[in-house]
Amino acid sequence: MTLQTAEILSRVDDILAAHDGLEGPLLPILHAIQESFGYVPQDALPVIAKSLNLSRAEVHGVMSFYHDFREDPAGRHVLKLCRAEACQSMGADRVAAHAQNKLGIEWHETTRDGQVTLEPIFCLGLCACAPAAMIDGKLVGRVDEARIDSILAGVSA
Amino acid sequence: MKDFIIPDRDFGTPAAKSKTMVTLTIDGFDITVPEGTSIMRAAAEIGITVPKLCATDSIDAFGSCRLCLVEIEGRAGTPASCTTPVAPGLKVHTQNAKLKQLRRGVMELYISDHPLDCLTCSANGDCELQDMAGAVGLRDVRYEAVETHFKAKNTSGEANPQYLPKDDSNPYFSYDPAKCIVCSRCVRACEEVQGTFALTIEGRGFDSRISFGAKTDTAITSDCVSCGACVQACPTATLQEKSIIEIGTPERSVITTCAYCGVGCSFKAEMRGDELVRMVPYKHGKANRGHSCVKGRFAYGYASHKDRILSPMIRDSINDPWKEVSWPEAMEFAANRMNGLIAKHGRHSVGVITSSRCTNEETFLVQKLTRAVFQNNNTDTCARVCHSPTGYGLGQTFGTSAGTQDFDSVEETDVVILIGANPTDGHPVFASRLKKRLRAGAKLIVVDPRRIDLVDSAHIKAAHHLQLTPGTNVAVVTAIAHTIVTEGLFDEEFIRTRCDWDEFQDYAAFVADPRHSPEATQLLTGVKAEELRAAARLFARGGNGAIYYGLGVTEHSQGSTTVIGIANLAMLTGNIGRRGVGVNPLRGQNNVQGSCDMGSFPHELPGYRHVKNDSVREVFESLWGVKIDNEPGLRIPNMLDAAVEGTFKGLYCQGEDILQSDPDTKHVAAGLAAMECVIVHDLFLNETANYAHVFFPGSSFLEKDGTFTNAERRINRVRKVMAPKQGYADWEVTQMFANAMGAGWAYTHPSQIMDEIAMLTPSFAGVNYERLEEMGSIQWPCNEQAPEGTPLMHIDGFVRGKGKFIVTEYVATDEKTGPRFPLLLTTGRILSQYNVGAQTRRTENVVWHDEDVLEIHPHDAEVRGVRDGQFVKLASRSGETSLKAKITDRVSPGVVYTTFHHPDTQANVITTDYSDWATNCPEYKVTAVQVSPSNGPTEWQEEYNAQAAHSRRVLAAE
Repeated sequence: MTLQTAEILSRVDDILAAHDGLEGPLLPILHAIQESFGYVPQDALPVIAKSLNLSRAEVHGVMSFYHDFREDPAGRHVLKLCRAEACQSMGADRVAAHAQNKLGIEWHETTRDGQVTLEPIFCLGLCACAPAAMIDGKLVGRVDEARIDSILAGVSA
Repeated sequence: MKDFIIPDRDFGTPAAKSKTMVTLTIDGFDITVPEGTSIMRAAAEIGITVPKLCATDSIDAFGSCRLCLVEIEGRAGTPASCTTPVAPGLKVHTQNAKLKQLRRGVMELYISDHPLDCLTCSANGDCELQDMAGAVGLRDVRYEAVETHFKAKNTSGEANPQYLPKDDSNPYFSYDPAKCIVCSRCVRACEEVQGTFALTIEGRGFDSRISFGAKTDTAITSDCVSCGACVQACPTATLQEKSIIEIGTPERSVITTCAYCGVGCSFKAEMRGDELVRMVPYKHGKANRGHSCVKGRFAYGYASHKDRILSPMIRDSINDPWKEVSWPEAMEFAANRMNGLIAKHGRHSVGVITSSRCTNEETFLVQKLTRAVFQNNNTDTCARVCHSPTGYGLGQTFGTSAGTQDFDSVEETDVVILIGANPTDGHPVFASRLKKRLRAGAKLIVVDPRRIDLVDSAHIKAAHHLQLTPGTNVAVVTAIAHTIVTEGLFDEEFIRTRCDWDEFQDYAAFVADPRHSPEATQLLTGVKAEELRAAARLFARGGNGAIYYGLGVTEHSQGSTTVIGIANLAMLTGNIGRRGVGVNPLRGQNNVQGSCDMGSFPHELPGYRHVKNDSVREVFESLWGVKIDNEPGLRIPNMLDAAVEGTFKGLYCQGEDILQSDPDTKHVAAGLAAMECVIVHDLFLNETANYAHVFFPGSSFLEKDGTFTNAERRINRVRKVMAPKQGYADWEVTQMFANAMGAGWAYTHPSQIMDEIAMLTPSFAGVNYERLEEMGSIQWPCNEQAPEGTPLMHIDGFVRGKGKFIVTEYVATDEKTGPRFPLLLTTGRILSQYNVGAQTRRTENVVWHDEDVLEIHPHDAEVRGVRDGQFVKLASRSGETSLKAKITDRVSPGVVYTTFHHPDTQANVITTDYSDWATNCPEYKVTAVQVSPSNGPTEWQEEYNAQAAHSRRVLAAE
């Protein structure tokens, strides 16, 4: 559920005030907003633009460049599966198909109960332990179907 | 730049400005270029075109397309020639087996995600992608297009999530993402050239797309101002003029000058047969340097609008319907009436109004009509109501009635004072050039009652915004001078050498008086003393200081005083006579400068020489063979007063709608109604024509030859690109009328009129059409002393000798707020509409602004119960009208603001007849008003509309 505009704007104002005077402030602000809301509400962008003397388009350009800034709230838990070459060669596609089946969702979707969001990611820097995954910011190596099951069991408990 | 049909060479990257020269070898040829030039540009200089897609010479190199790769002996790899600067002794190869293969590979990738529908594509024959495919010898594509951006559906009929439909929301151009190669030229043009930052690249990698504004925006809802810079920069059909889509490519182009604002942009009118396909800003235009705004670039549709009148019309009384007649019949009717009036009421009972919209040559003929044929000096022009104080103020202090700089000068400015002007709306191309300089670090001080866009917009932030109460310009300017004088920030050496030191002493003593201090005047002006002092210090000590101003300065009861105050500031700080400084009036209309130069004022013969001056009159008398009246004639307000009194009977009004544009509409209407012969010469049945007896249809700027003079005194050629739709250019109509009155003129081309102007006017002595053809444009004075014209004035000394400081006493306007009218109304204009809107209202520009609204501060709105978007009644001592309210904090509490583009609004019913003490320029910018909620149009508006409808009837052809 998204928040009311007024509440968003007041929290964004606080975040902007906290970053006042910082050099190169746009990314830190976007991070802080994502931290605070769990996503970056579209309503926040014009306010950020105005405050930083940028155009709406520029802020949109920066935000959309980084896949980690989300436009909508994620589920309670976020599972990221590496889709890069090393992991693919170690069976990442098979593992991914299993995860999608198990959760009943496609990439970028959230399970109906709001528990898990599934996202692709390109390289977690864990190629030596491919296929790699990340659950709520924690790295997991050598994932296979069984490990996916146990990860999911751990978070939906 | 899509310029392959009508070539105008693209050098790939902008010219470098270094004075250090570098020599290198490209493909075996030696070339010497300024340091900082790209290899691509250096190659282009010797005629070698390196293939390219993401580079164009209006924007900085980007290096993303990887097509312009070259090899440099002794260096590793294949660097992009657009981003690699030249260095001494480099040996560059632009073509060899390796480069060919690389380029072909790059093109294969581009083409694999591009539709191959060249034959039916709107850019066919005018597409750089197509040209580059040819240039690199692309013969087949090895990659199969599986995932694409251009197929709406895949082979099994499922919708392609990467496909975005065409965005046709802008009325003038379309954005077709399917054709896009993401070269980013449009994004960079919007940023670097226009300075709006409305475009961005959204996403990354294969997902990269051009996006107008934020995620949910379209072209029309984004910040886009429709200047056309992105369309100009696009190498493919992605951003394309709708006129090209509809008509096809043009086959020839004619260079001409825009007929909208005083910037005077040069355009290529691109034609197919006698159909205008598009207007493209001309790269070598010295005022605009290849840039344009929505008006000049796109809003030319009025010239072929159905409302245009193509046949002369006459009627006995303004209550009769119009009757269409032949040209000879109209001339005979008009001449008989005018001659009758002269015979009955004397030669001083008739006069003319010249137009700042027409050419110099046409204006010259109209004032000649009154001086040589009617034999009086009853000539005035619309400059009366805009920049007449500029002429007076700068004439008194510096000795010339014109701005001191060219527009290029802004590139070297460090501090700009912008006073009473809103360039992003009124002079958009200059605004873009100013913004570019501001982004490079120059500082801006805005003096304006309203928070204009330049105070705070993307990448622009004014150092100081002095948000003054309307009508207190003189107090603010004098307080700035006070700070500079009392804090010892003035340029003593400049003043001692260039100005009259004794006059300066008087002036300094005057401004140093504590009653002029920012502290003493802050209650009056509403500007905080500390802010004003900081601004004054910045201007005095910030390097090259330039002052740009507009109608917010001139259209006041003390307009001339403020102009003088501005001139004083420039002299005080030594900011005259070199690049980057100066006093720059931003002229309202395309040819305000020219119409003033051409002797349109009742007291001045062409070249600003007083009619009292016997030797000047003699020159004209000997050439024209008539006696010239030595008494100044009537100004517009005097004509109207005299008409009401019954002594002024006949008027020939060319290209000005005085009923809509002049103040106190009711008085203007009464004056016109009292005249017995009003001849209106215009494209449309304008508001003034409701009171006319004769209507001469006019020709548009596309249909005639001539010259316009812009705000930088630049005389630009206007060229005929099609035949006049109603048969005659305006100068021919004036000549026919003069001859019907017995003048015996025999001009066959406007160049002959210019020759006559040059013969009679010392500052134009060196101007003729051949020189204009050779030089492109000439800035007057152009004579024996300055054969190439004069980009910068007063370099070694002022034209009048010593610069003259004049004391600027603040006298509050008589127009004061009180219990009945507690708010101050000030007026302005908006980007998409122009002046009274006669032209722009007849184009798609109404998409952006289809009615005038009243800006009101939330506090003032709340206490009056006014809601956003609701009709309000706006009343002053003169009259009342109604329009919709817009609640905004752009205006201060106590101030309301509107535009006057739509006749329905009748903003000038509200404005009063107060005017500038020296020149009668009306006080449009200050009117005491009251605002109250309302249900709709006022009685006056309804009566007016009924009268207009009644008056516009035309008899059916028999």
